[in-house]
Amino acid sequence: MIASVFVYSNANVLVFATSALLILVGAIGVISVKNPVHAALCLIMTLIGVAVAFVAQSADFLAAVQIIVYAGAIVVLFLFVIMFLGVDRREHIHFEPLVGQRAFAGVGVAITVGGLITLMAKSHWVSGASSVTTKLSKVGGGNVKELGTAVFTTYLFAFEATAALLIIAVVGAVLLARRERPAQSEESA
Amino acid sequence: MNVPAAWYLILAAGLFGIGAFGLLTRRSALIMFMCIELMLNAVNLTFVTFSRTLNDISGQAIVFFVMVVAAAEVTVGLGIVVSIFRRRSSTSVDELSEMKG
Repeated sequence: MIASVFVYSNANVLVFATSALLILVGAIGVISVKNPVHAALCLIMTLIGVAVAFVAQSADFLAAVQIIVYAGAIVVLFLFVIMFLGVDRREHIHFEPLVGQRAFAGVGVAITVGGLITLMAKSHWVSGASSVTTKLSKVGGGNVKELGTAVFTTYLFAFEATAALLIIAVVGAVLLARRERPAQSEESA
Repeated sequence: MNVPAAWYLILAAGLFGIGAFGLLTRRSALIMFMCIELMLNAVNLTFVTFSRTLNDISGQAIVFFVMVVAAAEVTVGLGIVVSIFRRRSSTSVDELSEMKG
C-alpha cells in the first residue's frame, strides 16, 4: 500500500492524510480526556476532519451541513449543557466499577473492527448496482443539485417525516428540561 | 485520481471502533453521547464513500437524514441528562440503579 501512494496524485493523498489525522486524533481525544469541555473540543476536531473527507469526495453540501449543524449546533448544545450543569469537573477515568470492563470492551471492539475490515477485504470492496437512483454530477464539483432533486422527489416522504421528528424532539426536550414544580422554583434556584 | 475507497472505509471503521470503545468504557452520560456522535459520523463517512464509488446520490441523501436524526437524538438525550442531573446531581450512568433487582 505504501508503493501505491505514489500512483495517486499527491494532493488527494495529502487531503486524505489530513482528514485521517484530524479524525483519529480528535476521536482518541474524546474518549481519553477527563474534562468534558476538552472532549467537546476534540469532538469538533473530528467533525471538521469528517467535513474535509466529505469535500474530498465531492459532497460539498454535506460538508457545509456538517460544520453548521454538528460543530455549530450540536457541540454548542453539548457545551451549553456541560456549563449549565456545571459538570466540567474531572471524571475518575482509571476507576473501573466492572472488573475487566476495559479489556472486554477492547476485545469486543477489536473483533468487530477486524471482522469488518476482513469481510470487506475478502469480498469486493464495493458490491451492488451502481447509479440506481441518480448519478453524481460529471464535473468534479459538488452535488447540490442532484442531492436536492433526490431529497425532494425520491425521499420526499422521509423529508416530510423529518419535519415531524424535529417538532416532536423540540417539544420533548422542552418537556424534559422544564422545571416540574414552578411554585418551588425560588428555593431550588 | 482520488484515493481508493478502501482507505476511507478503513478510516471509518477505525472511527467507529474508537467510538464504540468509548461508549463501552466511559460512564459520564455526556461523553457517551459524544461517542455516539463519533459512531454516527463513521457511518456517514461510509455512506459518502459508497456514494462516490457507486456513483449514486442516495448515499448522500441518507447522510442528510442521519444528520437530522442525530440532531433530534442529541436534543432529547441532553434533555434527559438535564432532567436526571436535577434529580441525582450526577451524570454518571452507574448511579442510575433504581431498577436493580
